[in-house]
Amino acid sequence: MTTTATPPAVLDTGRPGIPMSRLIRVEMRKLVDTRAGFWLMASIGLIALAVMIGMLAGNRNKPENLTFGDFFGLMNIPTAIILPVMAILLVTGEWSQRTALTTFAMEPRRERVVIAKLATSFIAAVSAVALSLVLGAVGAVIAGMLYSDTAGSWSMTLAGIVNSFTIQIFNLLLGFAFAALILNTPGAIVGYFALPTALSIVNELLPAFKDSVGEWIDSSLTQAPFQSGDWVSGGEWMRLIVSGIVWIGIPLTFGILRILRTEIK
Amino acid sequence: MRPATCRFTMDTMITVENLTKRYGDYVALDDVSFTSKPGRVTGFLGPNGAGKSTTMRIIAGLTPATSGTATVCGSSYRDIHNPATEVGVLLDASAQHAGRTGAEILRLSAMTLGVGRTRVDEMLEMVSLTAEESRRRVRNYSLGMRQRLGIANALLGDPQILILDEPANGLDPAGIHWMRTLLRDYADRGGTVLLSSHLLHEIEIIADDLVVIGQGRIVAQGTKEELLAGNGTRVRSLDDDALLQAMTAAGIVARPVIEGGFLADVAPEDIGRLAARIQIPLVELRPGDGANLEQMFLDLTAATAREGSATQGAPQ
Repeated sequence: MTTTATPPAVLDTGRPGIPMSRLIRVEMRKLVDTRAGFWLMASIGLIALAVMIGMLAGNRNKPENLTFGDFFGLMNIPTAIILPVMAILLVTGEWSQRTALTTFAMEPRRERVVIAKLATSFIAAVSAVALSLVLGAVGAVIAGMLYSDTAGSWSMTLAGIVNSFTIQIFNLLLGFAFAALILNTPGAIVGYFALPTALSIVNELLPAFKDSVGEWIDSSLTQAPFQSGDWVSGGEWMRLIVSGIVWIGIPLTFGILRILRTEIK
Repeated sequence: MRPATCRFTMDTMITVENLTKRYGDYVALDDVSFTSKPGRVTGFLGPNGAGKSTTMRIIAGLTPATSGTATVCGSSYRDIHNPATEVGVLLDASAQHAGRTGAEILRLSAMTLGVGRTRVDEMLEMVSLTAEESRRRVRNYSLGMRQRLGIANALLGDPQILILDEPANGLDPAGIHWMRTLLRDYADRGGTVLLSSHLLHEIEIIADDLVVIGQGRIVAQGTKEELLAGNGTRVRSLDDDALLQAMTAAGIVARPVIEGGFLADVAPEDIGRLAARIQIPLVELRPGDGANLEQMFLDLTAATAREGSATQGAPQ
């Protein structure tokens, strides 16, 4: 120890904090560093591959169904189920496994961890869509080699890609928002999958509801126009945005507030 | 330990002031104040449910306090950037993802803190987890191994302060000895340690200073010597009756103890002089046992236990 007098000082709060890029890399690593996480992520690629092989085998007599767009479109369906589950686990895993205790002890500014998790989910979604594009292209090339010229057509609209990506991000955020609000894995997953069904039933039973409110807030209805390869109309975008505010905006706001304020045990 | 930001300038590294935590009507912490000093191991002692973990979580910014403050190095924990490089925290060794390997948990922390991968291996070696053990998933770890991993995790950022909640739980006697040596070394190098335990004996071995908490209130604090020093003198002689008479005549209050002899309220040398004068051979003469703290601790534990059974039996 030094004997020279040091001026009384408190901790240097100006020293560098943890950069966001590092928090994001940590969260990306958390996605794949357990067996469950690894296989969940790997399943996105494996299922897309299975879809490709299945399509190639199943459409021997209908090669016109083997366009780039067909491959891409079908591969996006399983991805749309897996990505929200991944987002849910990324959030609720901290609570169910109680790792929040270490995570937030290392970064007490909890909002930064939430942002890192959102960014990680987003990067995973972009990668998954990119993977579908690559595997879709591979499928189209193989189809072209195996079958006639009608197979392996490269016709695909930009609108188709934008629409698919929009849907992926919408559902991913929906899962994330439910996870943040509920902070419990089974609860968030059940909530995420039960919500569209519940709304569909209400719409079914109450046509008046469907025509007034339902078509604005039922996310399965508002997403429907985005299944096509054409640009959707402004009104259809508005409906998607309104349902997004209701099912993403509100739960995400309350969920993040909950994460920031809750006692971590 | 690298030169750090506040270790030369502050004589208390952890300062808890008038901390109160309520859950509805239940008062978990009631006006708790204490400090933890550099170069010393502060033992935070109390029965289960006394408020130790709540206090530690408040210090680490994980639980909001109802009122009062807790600062580390003069700052609120939440204001410290990359805090794990200043304060190593182990609050629950079991709170780790069961599906991750031990080494992976340390690697994640090392990435977050920005310390090199070599530090992970150093820490594993320091806590005596073998390379093979570090590749196992934590679900297959014993509690003792989890504690070692948790201590490695707390030390990863080379902090100058350690906050450990019940770190000796699940350690075998050799493990407790190892931890005592580790924490002693750490404190001797200028580090500050705050560790909790519900076992008086365990904390007696490791701590320099003691803070005793019961039902959310601080009931005693001071150095271990102060708190464990018994009052008075234990004395036993070949003629206890005559000794008692002489002591009473000299105005010394002495009460008999079960094992034989007396506990007198004066210093050993006073009894020694008295015995020499009246020529009674002594067979035992020493400062009294640390009965106070032990008794107080037993009372605390018993009070909690009694309350528990009373609530169960009483009709609402």
